[in-house]
Amino acid sequence: MAEGHVVGIDLGTTNSLVAYMEGDRPVVIPGVDGSNLLPSVVALDPVSASGGRPTVTVGNSARKALIETPERVIYSVKRLMGRDLEEVRTELKFFPFRLAGDIEVGEVPRIQLGELRFTPPEISAYVLRQLKRNAERFFGAPVAQAVITVPAYFNDAQRQATKDAGRMAGLDVLRLVNEPTAAALAYGLDRANEGTIAVYDLGGGTFDISILKLHDGIFEVQSTNGDTHLGGDDIDNLLLAIALDEILGEHGVDLRAHPGAVQALRKSAIDAKIRLSTELAAQFDSELPNGDRYQREIPRAVFELLIEPVLKRTAAPCKQAMADAGIAPDQIDEVVLVGGSTRIPAVRALVDELFRLSARGKKPHTELNSDEVVALGAAVQAGILAGASKTTDDMLLLDVTPLSLGIEALGGTVARIIQRNSTVPASATEHFTTGVDGQTNVAIHVVQGERELAADCRSLARFDLKGIPPMAAGLPRIEVRFLIDADGILQVSAREQRSGKAAQIEVKPTYGLTDEQVGNMILDSFDHAEEDFSKRLLIEARNEADAILSAVGRAPQNPAWNELSAEEQVAIAVARDRLVLVRQGSDLRAISQAMVALDKATHHFAELMMDRAISSAIRGKTMNEAGKDVDEPLTAPHAMAPAEFK
Amino acid sequence: MLKVVENAVPVACWSCSVAHNESTLFCPDCSKIQPPSSGEYFSVFGLEPRLNLDLVALEQEFHRLSRRLHPDRFTRASENEKQWSLADTALLNDAYRTLKDPLRRTEYLLKLEGAEVGTSDAIPSDTASVKNQGKSSGVPANLLEEVFDLNMQLEEMRRSKTMGQEDPALIESLRKDKAKFEGLVVTVDSDLRTQWVIWDAGDAAVRPTAQRAMVALLDRRRYLSNLVRDVTEILGD
Repeated sequence: MAEGHVVGIDLGTTNSLVAYMEGDRPVVIPGVDGSNLLPSVVALDPVSASGGRPTVTVGNSARKALIETPERVIYSVKRLMGRDLEEVRTELKFFPFRLAGDIEVGEVPRIQLGELRFTPPEISAYVLRQLKRNAERFFGAPVAQAVITVPAYFNDAQRQATKDAGRMAGLDVLRLVNEPTAAALAYGLDRANEGTIAVYDLGGGTFDISILKLHDGIFEVQSTNGDTHLGGDDIDNLLLAIALDEILGEHGVDLRAHPGAVQALRKSAIDAKIRLSTELAAQFDSELPNGDRYQREIPRAVFELLIEPVLKRTAAPCKQAMADAGIAPDQIDEVVLVGGSTRIPAVRALVDELFRLSARGKKPHTELNSDEVVALGAAVQAGILAGASKTTDDMLLLDVTPLSLGIEALGGTVARIIQRNSTVPASATEHFTTGVDGQTNVAIHVVQGERELAADCRSLARFDLKGIPPMAAGLPRIEVRFLIDADGILQVSAREQRSGKAAQIEVKPTYGLTDEQVGNMILDSFDHAEEDFSKRLLIEARNEADAILSAVGRAPQNPAWNELSAEEQVAIAVARDRLVLVRQGSDLRAISQAMVALDKATHHFAELMMDRAISSAIRGKTMNEAGKDVDEPLTAPHAMAPAEFK
Repeated sequence: MLKVVENAVPVACWSCSVAHNESTLFCPDCSKIQPPSSGEYFSVFGLEPRLNLDLVALEQEFHRLSRRLHPDRFTRASENEKQWSLADTALLNDAYRTLKDPLRRTEYLLKLEGAEVGTSDAIPSDTASVKNQGKSSGVPANLLEEVFDLNMQLEEMRRSKTMGQEDPALIESLRKDKAKFEGLVVTVDSDLRTQWVIWDAGDAAVRPTAQRAMVALLDRRRYLSNLVRDVTEILGD
């Protein structure tokens, strides 16, 4: 097996990160732009005039395209992972992107992106590949193994889809770790916090609560609960809906017909939300297509009233998790806050009340950067698996399955075989038989969830047990073993006992992508040729340099250029010439450094360009016109603009 | 279905070939992980079947074994060892989950001894699993009258709820009933513990009587907790 670095990856709804253990502490690996956060945004560049397959860009440059060419960009794809057609249809009401037309029920949904179509795991694979490349550039060596985090409340299909994405990106996913548990690992590294801790994780799109017992290096999850449909996105949508309604009511303009303008308005909503965490009021201020201005002040008190129903939805999972763990709020020693949305004062107030913190003279833990803590924890788990660090040597994570596993019994009821909050790996053995003479197939419907009727639970899979030796009805005794592994993924095996020979029964799940499909979706197999690795890094770096240089070369034609000071223009020219020079050579490090320097020099220019793009989009110019203003979208994973939609 | 392996047949270690007792998860000689054993939960912890367990010691042993068996420790191991680690850890977790809970432990031991018991779901919010519904016994004879009264009140409560008006006297009476039945659950638990002591200390002559008593107590307890659950549900407590 290839030894080498095992990285920890936080594959987030909004942003993704990669981290590793540097000696005895976890560290986030920055991208080429120096930023620790890679926006989980994937854009398909238009096919160039010379033809060929369009290229895919990830991160900030893709996010920039969101306003200009929203139909070529996908974000928040995590919300679509492992979901079936119906669920995705519901989900897409909130997104500008569209499903590919001819998808049949039971198939993995595909998203139409420009002229191509992708499954959600493929989109995630592009994000993962970018993180992998960032890590490889950082180490100067290939990275083939990773730990990836998932929301604790992810079901089996969502977990499998995440693992598939890893494989497509050329990563051997050694373990899936639950995000709140990862955060606990990052906080628990110093062993200062022994006892019972609760991790409250409100991210961009998901909410998780986990209760753990920390003792002597063992992190034992007692219970977990959550909502895979609750997060900062919901708050943004509330603000956005109000603005859209008011614009329609007061100015008679329906912005919903302008996807680019909606994205720009969404950005103002997010800005307002972020400001309201520190200020008592925030302004919405947008120019409308008809020349009017939409101006509105949102006082924090109004904002809090507005989001109260969203925040309240986190209370029930917290109470259920405490009940399942058999503990009262007063027995929780520490509370850890994770996820950008926990910066909202109203969220902190709710947490304080739920766990009676200030009443007990306690404060929640926020010492570690809430955007990075999950990735740091993933790196700790990577360290545990690699067995390479003394610090992690005697650490062990014992996690649980978030949802009960059951099989559909007669009359559509659910026979529960593994209870939620069971420590994984967990197993159960059940026996089945046939109902008809000579029957050689038995179908088992496996569901996940807490409801009484199978129809109300998430259908996980219908397993076909094939190759049962023909016997009289009721005579075969088929032993089926259900095992939830340490990743929270179900494995099913079966054998027939009556016929004497331990006949191996083929078990075929009927959901998700097949092994073969995943194999065909593996991104550029070139990634695996390790002998060419340093050559490949150099080629990639040169390609990135070319893309940046070409964009910078066109910069003076952009109206934003004239807004720069003379000094700024000179600084850009100097940084550009430096990159042109080192690009000729084969010093990878020098090329990377020159790219970072040029990126810094063009930072202000990128911001100016961005502002112009947004106001054009708002004014309702056509996509092409707006495109002229901002020039062509940048290729390559380069971030001309800083992370805007934080 | 499961049988305690009294005199386990020695099995040779796959790695060092030294024979060891089947129920160990590691070779005593070379410490290598072994394929899953009989699957009997008490023996996973090196214990004789017992109803009174030292839960602190059980947890310590669970942690000690987890450190050695968990798949996290085998990422660089052979494919076989990975599979055994997964299966052994699943067995360890299943065993710990069953033995640390007094009711599940009692049910498990009774089943080991060949008694017919319905399984109760330890998590109160869960509805009884399908398997039990057919098996659930009728109303315990000495509760007949109270249960009849309670069901009448529950029915009345449901009716008034759909009418949109709630009778405070009825609610008060249901609260009292709930407290009473909760008290009966506590009594059952204490009776169960008495039987534990008898079973643990007893011999082959005494144990069957204790087992029968425990089966009856578990039935009664299941019945009572379902009642308490129904009342709690309708009161919205």
